[in-house]
Amino acid sequence: MKMNGARILLECLKREGVDTVFGYPGGTVINLYDELFNFKDIRHILPRHEQAGTHAADGYARATGKVGVAIATSGPGATNTVTGIATAYMDSIPMVIITGQVPTALIGNDAFQEVDIIGITRPCTKHNFLIKDVNDIATIMKKAFYIARSGRPGPVLVDLPKDVQIAQTEFVYPETIEIRGYKPNLTGHPRQVEKAVAMLLAAHRPVVYVGGGVVLGNASDELTTLARMLSLPVTTTLMGLGAFPENDPLSLGMLGMHGAYCANMAMTHSDLIVAVGARFDDRVTGKIATFAPHAKIIHIDVDPTSIKKNVRVDLPIVGDVKDVLAKMIKQADKSRDKAADFAAAIASWHEDIAGWKAKHPIAYKQSSTAIKPQFVIQKLRELSDEDAIIATDVGQHQMWTAQFFQFNRPRTLLSSGGLGTMGYGLPAAMGAQAAFPKRQVITICGDGGVQMNIQELATLVQNRLPVKIVILNNNFLGMVRQWQELFFDKRYSQTCMELPIDFVKLAEAYGAKGFSTAKPGEVEKIIKQGFKHPGPVIMEFKIAREEKVLPMVPAGASLNEMVLNA
Amino acid sequence: MQHTISVLVENEFGVLARVSSLFSGRGFNIDSLTVAPTNEEGLSRMTIVTRGDENILEQITKQLNKLIDIIKVIDFTGGVAVEREMALVKVTAEDESRAEVLRIVDIFRAKIIDVTPKSYTIEATGSPQKIDAILELLRPLGLKELVRTGAVAIGRGAKGWKG
Repeated sequence: MKMNGARILLECLKREGVDTVFGYPGGTVINLYDELFNFKDIRHILPRHEQAGTHAADGYARATGKVGVAIATSGPGATNTVTGIATAYMDSIPMVIITGQVPTALIGNDAFQEVDIIGITRPCTKHNFLIKDVNDIATIMKKAFYIARSGRPGPVLVDLPKDVQIAQTEFVYPETIEIRGYKPNLTGHPRQVEKAVAMLLAAHRPVVYVGGGVVLGNASDELTTLARMLSLPVTTTLMGLGAFPENDPLSLGMLGMHGAYCANMAMTHSDLIVAVGARFDDRVTGKIATFAPHAKIIHIDVDPTSIKKNVRVDLPIVGDVKDVLAKMIKQADKSRDKAADFAAAIASWHEDIAGWKAKHPIAYKQSSTAIKPQFVIQKLRELSDEDAIIATDVGQHQMWTAQFFQFNRPRTLLSSGGLGTMGYGLPAAMGAQAAFPKRQVITICGDGGVQMNIQELATLVQNRLPVKIVILNNNFLGMVRQWQELFFDKRYSQTCMELPIDFVKLAEAYGAKGFSTAKPGEVEKIIKQGFKHPGPVIMEFKIAREEKVLPMVPAGASLNEMVLNA
Repeated sequence: MQHTISVLVENEFGVLARVSSLFSGRGFNIDSLTVAPTNEEGLSRMTIVTRGDENILEQITKQLNKLIDIIKVIDFTGGVAVEREMALVKVTAEDESRAEVLRIVDIFRAKIIDVTPKSYTIEATGSPQKIDAILELLRPLGLKELVRTGAVAIGRGAKGWKG
């Protein structure tokens, strides 16, 4: 059947199993929106800003594991998606972003609302396509989804000129696709796996260092099985939180700049680090020259470029982490005879770790007069559902959430780790709630970041998405203020958000519900009320203003040089 | 250390931009870069001359391989390939220096491709080192203009390298 390009695009989305898209209409996508008007198979959610739409698609993708889809018009619509795309790219989130473009004949003429979005997004997409012929739409969409979700996932942008949306052709969706330049290596080499297990069983102070790749690769079960089988201590990055249950005694919590003392000490004293789906980011390693000086490193990752990029690696294994971990389990099972010796060999290592855990646990001083942010996070964990999804913004509240919430399931923490995008939390929560209308979705924000996409309250109310917005308000851009306090003699240059915002009224203005308190005694009551309310809610907690995130590895210092009290 | 990398790419819009922005975005050097279609339809071949230590070269080849439009990457280092480059050179050639220029052209098996009473334009082909050598000799005579193609490279031996 002949269809126009706009309709073909929608049919492609349907074939890829897309049920929800986040998009914003405009001149060059008006034809697409006209087709959408009668297209009942796809739910369209209209955010109030394209950046938020892109973050929502990202939140949807992180919570579900499916490809998130965002739509924007050409020019400013397209440029507004860039922060969302870069956020997804840094955290390897599968997304397809569709942008309208001026008619092909006008491309390059500085037409109204024209921008070279292909050029702009080239360094922050896994790949991008400009479709110049209606006959190419189906193949390119098939490729776009395949590229976005396979190998190391990532965002793919498809730029669709207006005349291509109008042109007509026969719609044929390809069953399979072959891209000769793109063949991700998914199966770990068996010899490398054998060597890895042998190295592991010969180690005395092993640590498993887990990144977001285990979440993205749905390999939590394999990781947990392997770690428990051999009693391996496990530490995760921010992106890896939830990949291994933090309530397991083997969990060391998060490592790195604001990680647990025991995790950083374990890395520093380890003789074997097994890195799984992690990329040795500078926030994790601290000073590279002194990072894990005694350790051999096994690095498992689906992306070969991650291996040996930042640190030396003794044994690389390129492959899907799920496949590699499953093979390691089998191999470890074959080496059962060595298990008793191994357990004995690492017994004193477990004692060392227990000592570090006891010496400096993640902790804070409670107060009876001011609300401590850490207390709010602990109460949120206590009072929320086990499968609640938490989306954060970026800054102090993000680190407190990482330290105190305790994530036990994968895909329950949505956070901008790589790019560190303020304004991410609220729209990401919106995307997750759209995917899971029945689950509890909470966004934990600061007063700075929440105002970067606060307009999405309207989207929440309009679409009956009952996201619970927790604002830890210290009237500061807290993380920068903390750095200014510690490293710039308390010169609080432009970090004080002087104007007090009435968040309760703000919520009400959008038709949502608002609560606010500055009293520690009211925290629990408000959280309970907020959770009970059927619609979107703002819960504002006016917290101790100069509370710091501790411990902390100062930028450029070694992991074992933690500031524990400041 | 200098490396010559051959890259087989889809002959598609934007591929050159992807490669060059990869190099600039990650702070890799490009000494020269050439690109043109191959004998196989839809495929182009780039020859990139770059420099860096072993780790940087490993990252360069891995990052290139990661680009979707790139089909194959090979690092030709250590005499496994033949490299050639062409230079077009405009030199001052008046009075007694006219004969000297001709002698140099002859020694290097170069060609004169344009003549005026005051100048010769020379086409020289050879390894990049040979081009450097002829330029060294021509420079004192008065180099007015120089265009180099950058190196192209092909592997030694009977085996062809295909997509």
